[in-house]
Amino acid sequence: MLRLEPFAFAKPQTTDEALALLARHGAKAKLIAGGTDLLPNLKHGLYEPEVVIALSDLAELRGVAVNGAGELEIGAMTTLEEVERAALVRARAPGLAQAAAAVAGPTQRTMGTLGGNVCLDTRCVWINQSHFWRQSLGFCLKKDGTVCHVVKGGKSCVAAASNDTATLLVALRARLTIRSAAATREVAIADFYKADGAMNLRLAPDELLTRITVPAPAPQGTWSGYAKLRPRASIDFPRLSVGVAWTTQQDGTFADATVVVSAIAATPRVIAGIGELLRGRRPDDLAALLAAGEKARSVVTPLTNIDGDPQWRRAMVPVFVKRSFLAGARGGA
Amino acid sequence: MTAETRILRLHVNGSDVDVAAPSHWTLLEVVRYRLGLTGTKQGCDKGDCGACTLLVDGRARLSCITLAGDAVGHRVTTIEGLVTKDGLDLLQRTFDEAGALQCGFCQPGMIVAARACLDAKPEATRAEVKEALASNLCRCTGYTKIFEAVEQAVRAGRAAHTNGPASLVGDSAALAGGRR
Repeated sequence: MLRLEPFAFAKPQTTDEALALLARHGAKAKLIAGGTDLLPNLKHGLYEPEVVIALSDLAELRGVAVNGAGELEIGAMTTLEEVERAALVRARAPGLAQAAAAVAGPTQRTMGTLGGNVCLDTRCVWINQSHFWRQSLGFCLKKDGTVCHVVKGGKSCVAAASNDTATLLVALRARLTIRSAAATREVAIADFYKADGAMNLRLAPDELLTRITVPAPAPQGTWSGYAKLRPRASIDFPRLSVGVAWTTQQDGTFADATVVVSAIAATPRVIAGIGELLRGRRPDDLAALLAAGEKARSVVTPLTNIDGDPQWRRAMVPVFVKRSFLAGARGGA
Repeated sequence: MTAETRILRLHVNGSDVDVAAPSHWTLLEVVRYRLGLTGTKQGCDKGDCGACTLLVDGRARLSCITLAGDAVGHRVTTIEGLVTKDGLDLLQRTFDEAGALQCGFCQPGMIVAARACLDAKPEATRAEVKEALASNLCRCTGYTKIFEAVEQAVRAGRAAHTNGPASLVGDSAALAGGRR
């Protein structure tokens, strides 16, 4: 039995009301969207909020639409199941629908939201444990302690980004709308994350992610695909997460391509040089896809921060890069 | 911080109930320890196993990672609430008939998740049933009979739809009589 420590609970009826509560409570507050990440972490004592602010009544933050520029706008409180099934998402960013469908299991997806997955806390086998378990090891860098159990002598936390949708959203160059009571800003999702496992979000305590915007598909279409290494086909977090996006030339060969690998470090990693490597090759050219995968493998270093043998996870990088390309589908207006 | 107890007006199994509970309690804790509805099980208690699954507005939900305050204003249905004046839910009967349990601990969550599945897809295929129950673990690994029980309910539901309500009564009588 895992008990929660006491906190006050607020359920604002409008986004402005939520932002006012955040402005008042700041770092003493925690936001709850679907709760599938927050509640287990609260039960493990990873946060100690004085107040939990529920976003569940904010209907204005739900829904999928296309704006005047042909961009996909997804409210942060849209559930992962809704993202997975939305006709607009499937037509314009099929890889995002695949990534949403790969999160946890079906019941978690009826609860969990896209905004919550984008803001998912980093994970590590040494932190996602009960308070008792962590205490018995003297805690760790991410919370309450001063040592890292993954990297001997490590001074910065290496807990891993484990959010399936973030991998794909980085590949698609999505943007995030972030509001506070004082201001609204927009940030490229790649710049939203920082290489600190203790807190990998560039999000102030009074800020709220309200919308995810996916750029319009290229005139010839933007292809995207997702592949996830995990022990079971449900429930599990990724041991390796790969998202790809690409455009094609008139003859069907690659024009440009992006490979993003995650569940390795605190941020999803964009692999440099994939566009140059693949340009002119065909998307069904397995040798080319594996070459792109080898390039990714050469620059990522899985750690013992999450389950699964690190050498095995590294060896699987080319395989899952290939699979994410083969899973790819065309997104168009 | 000291616990802050509030009166929550919940709608559980068709009735409004006022419950005094600390604001950090989960829906599972309120259902089990305030309302005495112990059919909903406390398993992993962190959203991994599905034993605590109940319905909120007809959709499957993990009550161990749902705050009770978040359920205010929504319809909550527990395994007990599937029973109507006509008796057990069809799935409760087919799980019984198929012997779809070993230790039984996962069964309420399985039945509730299967109910949400069939309400959305009365003609769910085996693959769709497996996918819909993929958030529910059976540590006895009795999955085959669980899937068979849901398929039996699909068939019985189809027969009732084709032949009218009378056949459902007949079917249920046959099912109930099967093992007793």
